[in-house]
Order: sequence, then structure tokens, then C-alpha cells
Amino acid sequence: MKVLVVGVGSSLARRVALGLREQGHTVLGMDRRPWWDHPKDLQVFEVDLRKRAAEDVFRTQRPDCVVHMATVNALSVQGEERARINVGGTRAIFEHSVGHGVKQVVFVGRHTYYGATSDSPLYHTEDEPPQGMGSFSELADLVAADLYAANMLWREPKLTTSVLRLVYTLGPSQTGTLASFLRGKRVPMVLGFDPLFQFLDEGDAARAITLAVQKKLRGIFNVAGPPPVPLSTIVRQTGRTVVPMPEPLLAGLLGRFGFPALPRGALEHIKFPIVVDASAFKEATGFAPEVSEVEALRAYAKMTAPR
Amino acid sequence: MRVHGPGERLQSPTSMAKDDSIRSLVDRLELPFNEWGIDPYGTSKKHLVVFFTALGFLYRTYFRVKAVGAHSVPKRGRAMLVGNHSGGYALDGAMVLASMLLELDPPRLAQGMVEKFINILPVSSLWASRCGQLTGLPEHAERLLRDDRLLMVFPEGARGTAKLYKERYSLVDFGTGFMRLALKTKTPIVPLGFVGGADAVPTVYNSKTLGKLLGVPYVPFTPYGVAAPLPAKCQVHYGAPMVFEGTGDEEDVVIKGYVDQVKQAIASLVEDAKSARGGAL
Repeated sequence: MKVLVVGVGSSLARRVALGLREQGHTVLGMDRRPWWDHPKDLQVFEVDLRKRAAEDVFRTQRPDCVVHMATVNALSVQGEERARINVGGTRAIFEHSVGHGVKQVVFVGRHTYYGATSDSPLYHTEDEPPQGMGSFSELADLVAADLYAANMLWREPKLTTSVLRLVYTLGPSQTGTLASFLRGKRVPMVLGFDPLFQFLDEGDAARAITLAVQKKLRGIFNVAGPPPVPLSTIVRQTGRTVVPMPEPLLAGLLGRFGFPALPRGALEHIKFPIVVDASAFKEATGFAPEVSEVEALRAYAKMTAPR
Repeated sequence: MRVHGPGERLQSPTSMAKDDSIRSLVDRLELPFNEWGIDPYGTSKKHLVVFFTALGFLYRTYFRVKAVGAHSVPKRGRAMLVGNHSGGYALDGAMVLASMLLELDPPRLAQGMVEKFINILPVSSLWASRCGQLTGLPEHAERLLRDDRLLMVFPEGARGTAKLYKERYSLVDFGTGFMRLALKTKTPIVPLGFVGGADAVPTVYNSKTLGKLLGVPYVPFTPYGVAAPLPAKCQVHYGAPMVFEGTGDEEDVVIKGYVDQVKQAIASLVEDAKSARGGAL
């Protein structure tokens, strides 16, 4: 099968691409960012998803399956540009897919779709609506992209669409939301709160995505592995120090004195948990993580010396 | 002979025995704790030890709680403890939690459904979660039961804790959600009657206005002002498990009939507990 991985510049997407290649698929990659040392038999198109050249890739290469990993979050891209990438990019992928004979699209979304709120269930199931946008409006474009992809299930029934809501990943690339949060030696937390965090080892996350391709999964699925862990445990087990700060103080420090320039709403994500029930994915694919939460944090502590 | 290392804190034999006993009971909880002592709901052994050490003192020494019929609670598998609120605030819930750890063999962790405001506030949010007490949502209750946990429910809700001293042995209206859930998940209901909470916190007035300002449903006042609990004797009686057959989709009138049976069982257990306890001192 010919598989196009969009957003192949990210380390997780590269692992997915290499995993699919190992399984014998013909793999293509697409991203604005270069992949200097990609394998020779894995063709990479350095194009912007929203430009004409992207459609040319679909038209000339005729992939059977597209893995969409080209969404960005509020940590990496700010403002209108983020909305254009997430919503415009997702729309472009589906339009090109429908227009050029793609049979399967795997949309790799995020579990933050559900939002972090004080009164939502601890374990989210796929049928729940998103709730966190009231306090964290920067999530809106990721939520819109997810809903747009989910729409394709009924708008284009001939296309096999899977929407994956993947938990945070952690691993050697040291990239992603959780890794960014653990970048420093001291990690600020909101005093009096310690939410549960759910994460997957990068290798397990890549394996889960390739399983979705392999099983031709159709529908919406939460993707998670080991049970969740309190944020303070993650911080301590990776060799960092928790610095509890009253919420108003922490909010005031965002963007100053070396604190990340996060939207205020992002603080909700270190106050309240976002945990997903991934039993439907497990049942559909037989996915079981190879790395436990304990092993993942131990390995991360070893591989990262806090800067 | 055991020699204490330089970093170890020396404890008096009494406190060491007490700590060890709570710790060993927590260790014997049949829950899927990971290597760090944390279960999939975020319940933490470390926090449970601290929590139950405090509750154990209140249970054994301060409120001198006597539990009768605790053996009625299934040793394993899903079950629902359904009881009355006895006034003031949820002291009864805390003492039921303690009795399930201290009186059962093997000990069990009862998991209550806490008011939503608890989860908004710093510290209380963290401790409720680490002690396995989740926000009162139907999704939480159902998931816990499907995971074969012991759920603790007070169908009177906040109206139950808001009872005044003079209403202490009465029962207010019961919600019906617990019964539909018990039927849907095929869960046995263990009724319980608790007395003594209103003697510990003899509420004469509830201020809803002050409650609104503080973000809680109400603030209770006692004849001596603040609602600090007095060392009143408490008693809890557990009844035989009640099993109802159905799907949870029955007509309201059917459900109401089942709820009334549970309510009557609780009323009778409250009467038993009242006469067995004698005076509040």
C-alpha cells in the first residue's frame, strides 16, 4: 500500500513513516520542514500543505492512505496562523484525498480535544463533546479540525476515516507538550492541584498509529496506553523539582522571567486532568503498550538531564 | 534487634504501631496500585495513609464510632453503600470510609461522590482525588461499579447534610439515580443507618448567602457559632445487601417503589443505631 504521511517533519511522524516502511508499505512524506537524512526509498515532498504543490503530490503519487499528523498546538504556533494550519490544512487533506482516489485517511488528533474542566468525568469516552474552549479558546482550531475530520465519516462514507485522539507522548525526541513542560530543572505547578496526566512512550504511540493504518480503522478512537499518573509524580520521577505556585502568581509570570508565554487558559491543563478511556481502540486493534508508565518515566529521566 | 539508621525518625511505640496498622491496612487494599502506589483513578497509597491516620483517630478516639453489621458488605466485587446523612456536614461519609478500612477483612476503600465545588478548590481537589473520592457524576459512579469498586452514596445529597439538629433522625427525599444505576450495573445495595453526626455538629441555621460567597452550598451554624465538631459518640449500622432485578430503564413508579424499600431499610437501621448508641456522650 502507498501511504503518505503529512507532517513528516515531526519526530513522531517520522517514526510512523519508518514503521510503515518496515511493514513493507511504500511510504511518502510531506512537510514544509526538511527531513535531511530520510531513507532513500522514502520520498519526501517539501511543500506547504495549503499550496498547489501539495495537491500535485496527491494527484501524481495517488496514495492509498494518508496519515494526517500536520496539526499544531498553541505552544508551537500562535494566533491566526495556527487556525490556518489546523483547520485549513485538515480541509485541504480531505479535499485532496476525496479528489484523488485516497481510500483511507488517519487523522491524528489530540486528547486535549475534551478540554480540562473541573466538572467533567475523569475518563472521557469518544462520544463526549469538547468542553474546555470556554476557558482555553486557543484549543478551538484543534477541536474544529477534529470535528471536521469526524464529519467525513458520514459525508464521505466511501473514504475510511479514522480520528485518533492521542494522549501526550514522551520519549527520546524530547518534543511535544509534556516534554516542553519538563524542559526546566524546576517545574511550576498550580498550588493545591495535581492533575492526572496520561502519556504514551513515543514508540508505542507510533505503533498505535501504524495499527490504525493496518487495521483500516473507521471511526473515532481515543488512543492511550498505561494508566494516568499525577503530574507531580511525572515531574519528580524525571528528576525535576516541583515548584508549587498560587494560581494568580503563576498566571502573572507567564511570558516573563523565563516562564513560557502560554495562554492563561493553558493553566487549566495543569489544574484539571484530561484522561481518556481507550478501550474501544484496544478492542478494535488489540493495541497494548510495550512500555509502562514507570519504565517510560525512568527512561526519560535517564535520557534527559534538566537544562 | 533493629538499629535505627541516621536518617530514620524515631517514633514512640504507640504511634509507630498506629501508623503501621493503617499502613498495613492500606497495603492490603485489593486495588490495582502501580509501583508508585497509584491506581488508575489517581488514588495514592501515600495520601490514603495520611488521610486514614487522621480519620482513624476521629473514628476510634474522638467520635468513638461503633459499627454494627459491617460483615454485610461484600468482601470483593461491586457494591453500593447507601446511607443517610445525619446533619452538619459529611462527617458520616468520612466515618463510613474509615469503618470500611478499619472493620473489614480484607479492608476495602469506599469511594464517595463528592460535591462539585470540592474539585474547584485548591488542596481539597487534590486530596479528594488522591483518596479515591471522585466528583459526583453518573459516569464516575458507573465506571467505579463496573470496575468492581465499593461505591458510597448518600441519596439525600446536600439537602441531607443541611438537616437541622431537630431534624436529625428524619430522612429527606431520596434521589432515584442510585437505584437506576444499581439495576443497570446489577449491583447489590448495602443500606446503612448513621447516627451522631448531628450531635457532633448541632446545626441550628444554614447560611446559603455565606455559602454562595465561599463557593459552597451553605455554611452551617451551631449554638456555639462555628461548626467545629463536638466529640459526640457515633454509631453506624449496616444492613443485609438488597438486590433488585431490572435494567434501570423501568418506569418512575417502579423505581420509586424500590427506592422506598431502601429508604425504609435505612430508617429502620437509623432507629436501631439510635437505640443501640444511647446518649451522645
